[in-house]
Amino acid sequence: MSQAADKADPARALPGARAEAIDRRLSRRIPLAQGIRRQTLVGWLFVVPALLFYAVFVLQPLALTVQYSLYRWDGFSPATWVGLANYASVLSEPKLLETLFNAFRLVLFFSLIPVTLGLVTASVVHRVATGRLGTVSRTVLFLPQVIPLVAAGIIWGRLLSLSGLINQGLTAIGLGDITRAWLGDFDTALPAVGIIGIWVLLGFCTVLLLTGMAKIDAGLYESARLDGAGWFQEFRAITVPSLRYEIGVCLTVTIIAALAAFDIVYVSTGGGPGNATAVPGIQIYILAFLERQVGLASALAVVLVILVLLVILPIQRLSREDAR
Amino acid sequence: MLTVRFHRALAAWPAARLVVLTLATILVTACAAPGAVTTPSPAATGTQTSSAPSAVAAGPSCGTDPVKLNAYFETGFDLPFKLSDEFTKQYPNVTWDIKQDQFTNLMSSTPRLLAGDNPPDLIRLPSMVTLVKDGLLKNLDDYVTAFGWDKFPAAQLAQNRVASDGTRGSGSLYAAGLNYSLTGVFYNKKLAQQIGMTAAPTTVAEFEDLLAKAKTAGVQPIMMWNATASGGGLAFPLQNLMAAYGPTQPINDWIFQKPSATIDTSTNLTAAQHLQQWVEAGYFPKDVNAIEYTDANARFGKGEGVFMFNGDWQNAVYDKDMSSNVGFFVFPPGQAGGSVAAMSAPLTYGIAAKAKNADCAAFFFNWVATNEKARQIDVAVGGSNPGGPPDLAVPQAAAPVTNETLTAGADVAKDNGAMDFIANATGSIFAQGWTPELQKMVGGKQAAAGLLKAVQAEYEKELAR
Repeated sequence: MSQAADKADPARALPGARAEAIDRRLSRRIPLAQGIRRQTLVGWLFVVPALLFYAVFVLQPLALTVQYSLYRWDGFSPATWVGLANYASVLSEPKLLETLFNAFRLVLFFSLIPVTLGLVTASVVHRVATGRLGTVSRTVLFLPQVIPLVAAGIIWGRLLSLSGLINQGLTAIGLGDITRAWLGDFDTALPAVGIIGIWVLLGFCTVLLLTGMAKIDAGLYESARLDGAGWFQEFRAITVPSLRYEIGVCLTVTIIAALAAFDIVYVSTGGGPGNATAVPGIQIYILAFLERQVGLASALAVVLVILVLLVILPIQRLSREDAR
Repeated sequence: MLTVRFHRALAAWPAARLVVLTLATILVTACAAPGAVTTPSPAATGTQTSSAPSAVAAGPSCGTDPVKLNAYFETGFDLPFKLSDEFTKQYPNVTWDIKQDQFTNLMSSTPRLLAGDNPPDLIRLPSMVTLVKDGLLKNLDDYVTAFGWDKFPAAQLAQNRVASDGTRGSGSLYAAGLNYSLTGVFYNKKLAQQIGMTAAPTTVAEFEDLLAKAKTAGVQPIMMWNATASGGGLAFPLQNLMAAYGPTQPINDWIFQKPSATIDTSTNLTAAQHLQQWVEAGYFPKDVNAIEYTDANARFGKGEGVFMFNGDWQNAVYDKDMSSNVGFFVFPPGQAGGSVAAMSAPLTYGIAAKAKNADCAAFFFNWVATNEKARQIDVAVGGSNPGGPPDLAVPQAAAPVTNETLTAGADVAKDNGAMDFIANATGSIFAQGWTPELQKMVGGKQAAAGLLKAVQAEYEKELAR
């Protein structure tokens, strides 16, 4: 199949449009009602396997979690209906509330910083590194995304330990006084976990934003430059507005990563010291599997889902409206 | 967007309704109250137990017909595997179907395994009170009389007894220990000599004097772990101090959840204050809140730290890492000549209430405690006291430090000073109480009195749920 043919028939280039086009052709040949029924049936046949998986592995657990949250249950013996009592506990116990606050503090590190830095990095790479250099820098930046989070947590745990590479470096440049076990210190544990998050998520944001930049019309930059715009003005007036949709996706993914954080925190600090890095994900795990408070754990999980939706939905709406 | 399309599709086409119906069925079947179906009632367990005497009358054993014992062992610990091999050598009609899992996974899966269609004959138990309450564990009282376990030292079985009100420490026996571990203070012989320690300290004051000497000499006094991932290791010295300044009974009562038990006592306050002084004096590593269990052991093995609080399960590793440059003593009492005490816990295994080969499993327990070969394996592989009848000699071990811990164990037994671990009082008192509060003490954010109050509050909250 030649490229020319693809271009000539837009239906081939775009799977969705292609299907519609075929449908249109079909419906001309077969009586309308029959055509719709058949086309629907075929469509559903394609969708059903995925939908069943989605139902069994996503919808059902979600529904069960909501259901469990209304019971007092140890995960095994008969459950007792307690109504909304678990939710009252979640919203009144300082230890549980604290985890929610910590999650929002992580948003700064997991989301705001990677997205901001990602924008800057992407625009630099876009301008400076073209061709092979661009590919290499993109690969390097994206690497942390490929490494399992647990491995990242372990490696960073070593780097940030008292005898780790970071403290060795600080000592070497004469900053030996500020060395400490970064993940074991009350004041630095959360920012230290945050730095691991930045490292992991920066590459993701950069690559996504770079892809977005590639489709911005080069003519816009050209005319801006003719008008005497500098790098920053171009960045502010053309790049950022054109990337609103990509920025929205970055924010959504990273904010979810922050609020639902588990693996990095569990491996690097386990929620300690004290409760300095305790996040809902870890608390849910402890409640469900150590305390066997499945109901309370589920209630905290549901509250977390609601919080995530409350934060994410406005971002979704904003980025979509702006993109239009 | 996706959802909107989905709903529109629903309204329009019958095929969609079919799928939704399937989904709905999945969801509805899940809507019965959780956990309602599978629980055997305690009454059913009662009948099972009462049927045991007929078997006991014939003498519980593995018989002569082929038996396949269905067992769940803990990953990473050789002892039960070695014991099962030796058992089959002596009783060839018994073979094993061994599954293994991490301790933390066992914690969450044990109830389901015990209640399932293929209940284990032998299983490593992470905790037992709720399992007993749910009628999932076999009551071993009939085996106690049949095998004469009632002649074992009472303290040996106490931790595996559960009373009808759900408190541990007394009542019927529901599990057996494959061996009995002991905790105390390991020391680096070379460093100890360097700071002038000629004999094990006989009082806390003497021990604290050694700590101060080590600090002055520029040697790390104590190596310990206190990172969240491993749990607050400072609970080891804290409980030792508690037993040095007060009786062990109230501590055990608290662990066994006896009514109105409290950890917030005046002698425990004294203990916590001593620990706080140790923290403030810099006796623990400065990064102790970030040190995990394995790291602490590695650093101690490499010669960092004069002392380390740990248990005899670590004997073989220390002996190898430090090429016999390691010694052990039980934490000294507050007053000279006072009685000694130590955390000592059985390596607990139980039998499912519905187990097919309960008699054979119980026979195995008895064999481990009394058979000479089994006791040797226990000491050589596990490094701990095999327990059993008091008149049987404890086998000698290859690692010199193991002989020290075995002797120390005898001293603790003589003073009836065995305690369970304060971290085991409830399922999560370690993760939610001791560990964060001890870390706060290290960080200067919690004092002795506040620590005990906070842990007691967490304990009461967990018991009230």
